[in-house]
Amino acid sequence: MGMKLNYRIVIFALAIAFGLFFSAPSLLQLEKGAKITLGLDLQGGLHMLLGVKTEEAIVSRLKSVASSVKHFSNREDILLDELSATEDEVSFVVLDSDDAPAIDAMLKGIDDLTVNREGELYHLSFSDEAVLKIQAQAIEQAIETIRNRLDQFGLAEPTVARQGEEKILVELPGIKTAEDEKRARELISRAAKLELMAVDEERAMRVYQMSDAEAAEYGDVILEDAERPGVKYLVREIPILDGGMLTDASVGFNQNNKPLINFSLDSEGAQIFGDFTGKNVGNRLAVVLDGKVMSDPVINERIGGGSGQISGQYTVSSANDLAIALRSGALLAPIFLMEKRSVGPSLGADSIKASLVALVGGFVMVILFMIVYYRVAGVIANIALVANLFIILAVMALFGATLTLPGMAGIVLTVGMAVDANVIISERIREFLYQGVSIHKAIEEGYSNAMSAILDANITTLIAAVVLYAYGSGAVKGFAITISIGILASMLTAILGTHGIYEMLESKIQKSKDLNFWFGVKKEA
Amino acid sequence: MEFFKYTKMYDFMKMSKKTIFISIIMVLTSYILLFVDGLNYGVDFAGGTIVQVKYDSPANIKEIRETLKGDPLFKGASITEFGSPEEIIIRLSGSSQSISNDVGDATTKALTGTGNFEIRRVDMVGPKVGNELREQGLMSLILATIGILIYVAFRFEWRFAVASIIALVHDISIAIGALALFQIPVNLDVLAALLTILGYSLNDTIIVFDRIREGIVKIKSAILSDVINESVTRTLSRTTLTSLTTFFVVLTLYFFGGEIINAFAFTLLVGIIVGTYSSIFVASPVLLLFGFDIKGYRARLAEKAKREAEKEKMRAQYEQGTV
Repeated sequence: MGMKLNYRIVIFALAIAFGLFFSAPSLLQLEKGAKITLGLDLQGGLHMLLGVKTEEAIVSRLKSVASSVKHFSNREDILLDELSATEDEVSFVVLDSDDAPAIDAMLKGIDDLTVNREGELYHLSFSDEAVLKIQAQAIEQAIETIRNRLDQFGLAEPTVARQGEEKILVELPGIKTAEDEKRARELISRAAKLELMAVDEERAMRVYQMSDAEAAEYGDVILEDAERPGVKYLVREIPILDGGMLTDASVGFNQNNKPLINFSLDSEGAQIFGDFTGKNVGNRLAVVLDGKVMSDPVINERIGGGSGQISGQYTVSSANDLAIALRSGALLAPIFLMEKRSVGPSLGADSIKASLVALVGGFVMVILFMIVYYRVAGVIANIALVANLFIILAVMALFGATLTLPGMAGIVLTVGMAVDANVIISERIREFLYQGVSIHKAIEEGYSNAMSAILDANITTLIAAVVLYAYGSGAVKGFAITISIGILASMLTAILGTHGIYEMLESKIQKSKDLNFWFGVKKEA
Repeated sequence: MEFFKYTKMYDFMKMSKKTIFISIIMVLTSYILLFVDGLNYGVDFAGGTIVQVKYDSPANIKEIRETLKGDPLFKGASITEFGSPEEIIIRLSGSSQSISNDVGDATTKALTGTGNFEIRRVDMVGPKVGNELREQGLMSLILATIGILIYVAFRFEWRFAVASIIALVHDISIAIGALALFQIPVNLDVLAALLTILGYSLNDTIIVFDRIREGIVKIKSAILSDVINESVTRTLSRTTLTSLTTFFVVLTLYFFGGEIINAFAFTLLVGIIVGTYSSIFVASPVLLLFGFDIKGYRARLAEKAKREAEKEKMRAQYEQGTV
């Protein structure tokens, strides 16, 4: 009487080995090997969906067109009048029509721009197509910028990805404290738009009596001080240059050892800056960050070399965050929050604990129940169940799937449902035994008759799980993943694996004839 | 151990009028509950904010309500205990677009002075995302139903497919009715549970139907109710056993899985009970109501088998070169 090896038991043994081998790194927290990633709801972290105010990207593009026009006309000594930028167009008048060809040539060099000319009056705008293009660029650029900033922020494995047409998904696992979370959020959302603007010295004295509308008539805007509330500045609406020409930004210290930010400009920026400072000695220059004036130093001499400083009430870490934001570039358009889910690490740990208790509790209950009801057949089903659990973990680790709280629930549920196949098979075997057929026939017929029911039942559940995966978001996807893997694995363990075990034990069962012991059936074979 | 004697036969179909009546009452009640009380949509679908706060000593909810009362942001906010006396949930209908200064930050500020606390969870869903999630959720329910329907229609005769869909609608309706009755917050996890019920309920029904289909061919009686009775009886042990194991497992999840998973586990519990009931007392009686021409079916099968045999014979002759 020997226990025969068969192909089913060999495949089953391989599957168990696979399950043990690849689930070990996750279960034992080994250094090496692919591990299951815990979802944000289990390890704690921040999940955000961000939107981009793309319409503002158009406005800012138009402003920068206006800046270019102004700078070009200054350099070429072309006299312009009524240069203004509104929400959807830039307009100006060329005073000397002889200069028009030069202006035309310069405008040709700007991408996507639509030029409408009525004699000397120019209207510059973007076509619908160009608007779509700029909006798409704004989203791309926002993703790129946020990614750059987070990479430099020093968090482990941040995710920044586009979701759908116009949303940006940001996931930051492993944020430990509320302060860190807030710092990360501030860093992400900061526009970091640096502008150097000329103070309108002629009218600066009257700034406190002036309305925004009046300022606009002079081509000026009124800006507030970043730190002293109530302090206002009157500056020329069109900036001298902006942060797009920035090449570097770093933290430095002033004479009093207070942190400040040093920045340097590219060659074009340096030239514009040099030209401007050379022509405006004695006037003030406003350093504007995100629409607020940081400082307004008086220009003492022409500043060549293209470097400057931003001073303010900074701590080392806030100066550092600002430098990161400036280096990684300004956001072309402001971003806003559409969805946020943040979970503290302690809650994640609690969730893991609770779901483990449920998993172990449910598991033990099912195992005991199966043994009481089916005896050895129950033990065999339980072997399949345990193997199933390891295989789920192994497959998840191999594919780098994320385990979420609903995913844990999925595993718990799989435990309940995975025994189903064995229940169906065992019931069938029992029926055949009652009909008085041989043990060999009862087992074989039991398996073949149970097959169609098991397949149909599993496939319907699988259909629901796949739809859930396709349409579910975030944590719920984790549930669909564990359920699907569990169902597929149960086909291998509960159908093939247990069949193999029966084949191996068959001669023993035939010899003992104690059907109650083997199948929990009160009948002699 | 055995729950049901192999030799005993149960006459389920005799009860079918009563059980169908009970089911109709249950489903109608569910729809009345749905229209009168409505579903308690959570932040995932309705939009809004949830802030979970844990104090290091039992939270004084009255004081917290008093503190938040003056703040316009917390107008109409509900503050309830969550799982333990130390933890509370603050639910707001509003959300904020500001990334750097969000509702969580505002809550931290507003709660200063109410004790030592930690913000453990902030779920904020803006109105646009809420709408999208709701549309997607509905879409997933519909798609899953259609997918399963196609599969069942393909695998079974159409009457089986329709009967199983009726059982399915019955189960989902009653589960939703229970959600409305107990005002369980409906979030993404509850939707996942409903989809699981979808699969599970069909799972149960299909196993009974598979047996009926088999019985139509194998059982000698040509009376449909006899065939159904015998088939249902034969699967009774399996139905009870699987339902029990799944039920107990979900029950542990409900009691020990933690507060966050509660709504999910509750929905599943209802679904398992109703799903088991419907596979025996709804799906099969409906099949009986439709009437199924067993003799015709067997004749068609015999015809088909004959044609197959015919074909085989032709092929064999062809291969032997006799044709």
